[in-house]
Amino acid sequence: MSNPKTVKGPGARGMRGGQGSRNPGRTLKRLLAYIWKDYKIHCVAVAVSIAVSALTGVIGNLFLRSLIDDYILPFLGETNPGFAPLLHALIVMACIYYAGTAATFLYARLMIVVTQGVLKEIRDEMFTHMERLPIKYFDTHAHGDIMSVYTNDTDTLRQMISQSIPQMLSSSITIVSTFVSMLVLSVPLTMLIILMVVVMVLAVRFIGGRSGMYFIRQQKSLGALNGYIEEMMEGQKVVKVFCHEAESREKFVQLNDELFESARNANTFANILMPVMANLGNINYVLTLGVGAVFAINGIGGLTLGALASFLQLTRSFNMPITQVSQQFNSIIMALAGAERIFDLLDEPEEVDNGYVTLVNVTEEPDGTLKEAKERTGIWAWKHPHKAEGTITYKKLEGDVVLDGVDFGYTDDKIVLHDIKMYANPGEKVAFVGATGAGKTTITNLINRFYDIQDGKVRYDGININKIKKPDLRRSLGMVLQDTHLFTGTIADNIRYGKLDATDEEVVAAAKLANAHYFITRLPDGYDTMLSGDGTSLSQGERQLLAIARAAIADPPVLILDEATSSIDTRTETIVQSGMDQLMKGRTVFVIAHRLSTIKNSDVIMVLEQGRIIERGNHESLLEERGKYYQLYTGAFELS
Amino acid sequence: MVKRLAVHIGEFKKDTLMAPASVILEVILEVLLPVLMASVIDRGVEAGDMNYVVKMGGLMLIVAMLSLLAGTMSGIFAARASMGFGRNLRKAMYDNIQDFAFRNIDRFSTAGLVTRMTTDVTNVQNAFQMIIRMFVRAPIMMISALFMCITISPRLSLIFLAALVFLGCMMAFIITRAFPIFDEMFKGYDRLNASVQENLTGIRVVKAYVREDHEKEKFRGATKNLKDLSVHAERLVVMNQPVMQFTVYTCIMLVSWFGAKLIVVNQTMTTGQLMSLFTYTMQILMSLMMISMIFVMTTMARSSAERIVEVLDEKSALQDPKGTVLTEVEDGSICFDHVSFSYSDDKEKCVLRDISLTIRAGETIGIIGGTGSSKSTLVQLIPRLYDVLDGSVIVGGHNVKEYRIETLRNAVSMVLQKNVLFSGTILENLRWGDKEATEEQCRHACELAQAHEFIEKMPDGYHTYIEQGGTNVSGGQKQRLCIARALLKKPRILILDDSTSAVDTKTDSLIRKAFAEEIPDTTKLIIAQRISSVQDADRILVLDQGAVVGFGTHEELLKDNDIYRDIYELQQKGADFDE
Repeated sequence: MSNPKTVKGPGARGMRGGQGSRNPGRTLKRLLAYIWKDYKIHCVAVAVSIAVSALTGVIGNLFLRSLIDDYILPFLGETNPGFAPLLHALIVMACIYYAGTAATFLYARLMIVVTQGVLKEIRDEMFTHMERLPIKYFDTHAHGDIMSVYTNDTDTLRQMISQSIPQMLSSSITIVSTFVSMLVLSVPLTMLIILMVVVMVLAVRFIGGRSGMYFIRQQKSLGALNGYIEEMMEGQKVVKVFCHEAESREKFVQLNDELFESARNANTFANILMPVMANLGNINYVLTLGVGAVFAINGIGGLTLGALASFLQLTRSFNMPITQVSQQFNSIIMALAGAERIFDLLDEPEEVDNGYVTLVNVTEEPDGTLKEAKERTGIWAWKHPHKAEGTITYKKLEGDVVLDGVDFGYTDDKIVLHDIKMYANPGEKVAFVGATGAGKTTITNLINRFYDIQDGKVRYDGININKIKKPDLRRSLGMVLQDTHLFTGTIADNIRYGKLDATDEEVVAAAKLANAHYFITRLPDGYDTMLSGDGTSLSQGERQLLAIARAAIADPPVLILDEATSSIDTRTETIVQSGMDQLMKGRTVFVIAHRLSTIKNSDVIMVLEQGRIIERGNHESLLEERGKYYQLYTGAFELS
Repeated sequence: MVKRLAVHIGEFKKDTLMAPASVILEVILEVLLPVLMASVIDRGVEAGDMNYVVKMGGLMLIVAMLSLLAGTMSGIFAARASMGFGRNLRKAMYDNIQDFAFRNIDRFSTAGLVTRMTTDVTNVQNAFQMIIRMFVRAPIMMISALFMCITISPRLSLIFLAALVFLGCMMAFIITRAFPIFDEMFKGYDRLNASVQENLTGIRVVKAYVREDHEKEKFRGATKNLKDLSVHAERLVVMNQPVMQFTVYTCIMLVSWFGAKLIVVNQTMTTGQLMSLFTYTMQILMSLMMISMIFVMTTMARSSAERIVEVLDEKSALQDPKGTVLTEVEDGSICFDHVSFSYSDDKEKCVLRDISLTIRAGETIGIIGGTGSSKSTLVQLIPRLYDVLDGSVIVGGHNVKEYRIETLRNAVSMVLQKNVLFSGTILENLRWGDKEATEEQCRHACELAQAHEFIEKMPDGYHTYIEQGGTNVSGGQKQRLCIARALLKKPRILILDDSTSAVDTKTDSLIRKAFAEEIPDTTKLIIAQRISSVQDADRILVLDQGAVVGFGTHEELLKDNDIYRDIYELQQKGADFDE
């Protein structure tokens, strides 16, 4: 499992960060609507504060000019200059400046609330939605890609909301107001400035474009190198055993050099952007100065010296926001690509559930009729409303499962199960055997409706399972999977996963039933031992026992078991086995069997080959048939 | 630590020096510009002196061009230096890992090593770039701008000094307060990611138990916690901006007031100079801001640097013998002479205790024992994957430590329990055993390992592409390919460490039969869980908790070895159907 430390929040660059967005406009609109929905007042306040803060900067620049023109130059040479007007102006400026500072403070604080609030909302919504997606989604999407939506994409979104958008807004206001002031001072000089701005924007687009291109290349080489390192580190012991170090180095050096080349290029262009822009600004200044001086000295266009000086001051404060806008533009495009992936996840169609039959607690009247009960009675029944007649019938939950003519394929064009017919009476044990890929696990995926069948019918206590509400259906089925999955939390928490309101006594009883009690009590904190990282501190056998205990506490009438095949040693295996046997008592069990003892005492054994049931019967009858089962049993074929 | 890393700058030393050098040039030019601007305004525009404007304008243009050049150069040098540094670091780590002995490999996890070579190196190289560009830039900028201020007006410069002290204190305060919260926040991120990861891998359990709402509640708790921490931390950090603005604005007003007096009353300053002072205000305070940023970035990269140095400093636990080395293993005889072994070099925690045994060349030896009986450990001493703590392992009549490691390992072929196929065709994978092997030889090896048949059935036969981790072949097929690969080494000794566990019993016995017929001179050691895999071996070694408890034929052991009989009976009763 990948180390969670590798994915950090802030600062982590998306592996796919370089990819463009398909429809940035629509995504931006949707995102802004998303923010606007909950933070109307905040947004308005932020916009106002940003405007105040930006205008303060512009006013400040203008003040510096009038400081000289109005408060210093007129008094030059006077023997008794009056500083009262200056003091007065400074006090006014102080108010403006500190109002600007306060506005900056306000919008920064508000932005945190908005950003973090939106991020929490998006994370929660993504997670909630993810939990509702069908199993198919998880089987067909790389977990790393889904993780990256939560980490990298959400992080670029954070940067966009908290930095890019406010800075864009602030820079735009500065640019517009500066521009207007410039127009007032001199139209011809402003034209010159526009020309220079075009040059600067072109420069940013060129450099930024180059940088972006190499950045994508860098991410690609990084991905390739990453994959190679991962593979070689995983197989490092094999490399040693075969003395393959030199060959392993050779390919690494090649990939490493490729990464160096693309990273160097990407960084070069990113590095030179700022100096180029700043100095283009300086050149702009000099040109304006030259042309302006010619105008002013020759009196063209009515430009005065004071106006020129002011104009030059404005020119200087024009560079920064232009650079910023062009830079932020790139990062917003990138963030939108991430936002798009977030929305893609949110737009994935949820698992459909058209079921209306529910599972309820009932009491059984002496005459055999069932009456719905509010409290836990231990007797369950299917509550089946019939719309046409407007009546409700109750059918006792027994665990009678029938598959009739079932066809199934993970994709419509590739059917992996053909015409499956089988039935299991309450309390029966049905075993599936067959080679890897024969379709054993697939059948169990259909009973709990992780996947829906293409053709045929599955009936549960005589009810078509499509009519049963999925949560109720799944609650009635227990599952112990081959790959045991445990959650972060205590051992008791993990057992309780099967029944959230279970008492401590029930937890211990379940653990005892599963043969897990003994090893748990030997752990330092017993049932309160914390498990983390999928319980890696436990052995495979111990994890399996916990999974059995978890199923035991849920106490479902029907069980689906996928026996472990991994190499746990013989002694542990016997313990796990007897735990399983305990659990199976009195339930309808579907078991994907690997162990002879499980198979031997099954009521029905289904031999699967390439998605078809080719033999069925019990151990003795199948051996007599001398067919596939006999071959498998005598070990002529490979199973796992 | 810095020294350990700095060695790897290597051929990029020139770039590493040139980058700050061009930065210094750039900064000096940048600091010059405001003065030039001031004089152009004072003496050119306001005096209406067109010649002066042209002259100084030209000079400024040159300065701007030079500054552009210097800035570009520094960007190019810095990119080369830092990315090159990263490349060298990765290479040094990879090289060192290739030299690792098993003992070293055990100390690091795969995921850990991958992170160290990618994310951590990226962090360090970015910090390095930041240092060579900014770490020089900010102080030089600050000093030269301050110097310019002092030349213009020493008295007004006092304002800047006061501002610097104020801003410095504020930032130090904010950073020191925010750091611990950031630490917490990162942990919150980790928890959140772990929670998503957990739900991705365990989604079947979640759905089977209808616990979607339960998981949602847990997740909401985690996001709320993260949100609260982030808000707390960022509230502190965003103080930087208003504090900075406050300082800049206050400076401007103070400079305006006192500057105006200096110009009007004392007449020791010009208006142009006053204007340039405003520019310097920004430059000085911005550099301080930059310094605080560098500080934050480098401390963040420090833990990455530590993790890198850990790998670089890891010394291989095994070395080729010095002096004359043996380059030929004569035969496949093996002898353990009072061997003890511990993974931790701690005599108290020996996993093998005083093992002595002799195996003749060409013998087939079965090894059996429960989990933790150190079967794998025992055989790993033969190709010297680990060194013994006490005693000696003798192969072909010589102590394993006298051979060149490569010689020994080529003669002792081992199929590991946790085995790996690499992405590439089947043939490429097989040729790990022998680079020069012809297709014919590869085929023969596969026939022996009973792999030929299924390979032929694959669409591309021997040219079928194996995915990373061998995910497109079954467990049993993988094991047989690994055996074939090991056979291609034409070893004196062949060790199978539980290598047929996923192969059915019949194929398993065919493999053993082929071994007996085709490579009779090769010593074969077979570790297995199943008695059936070893019962026809020449002799069977029974291990229990790191000690030999039996060594003899199947019949002998059944008669007088309790442990062996126990395992045998258990397996007869609850035999595996498919193993």
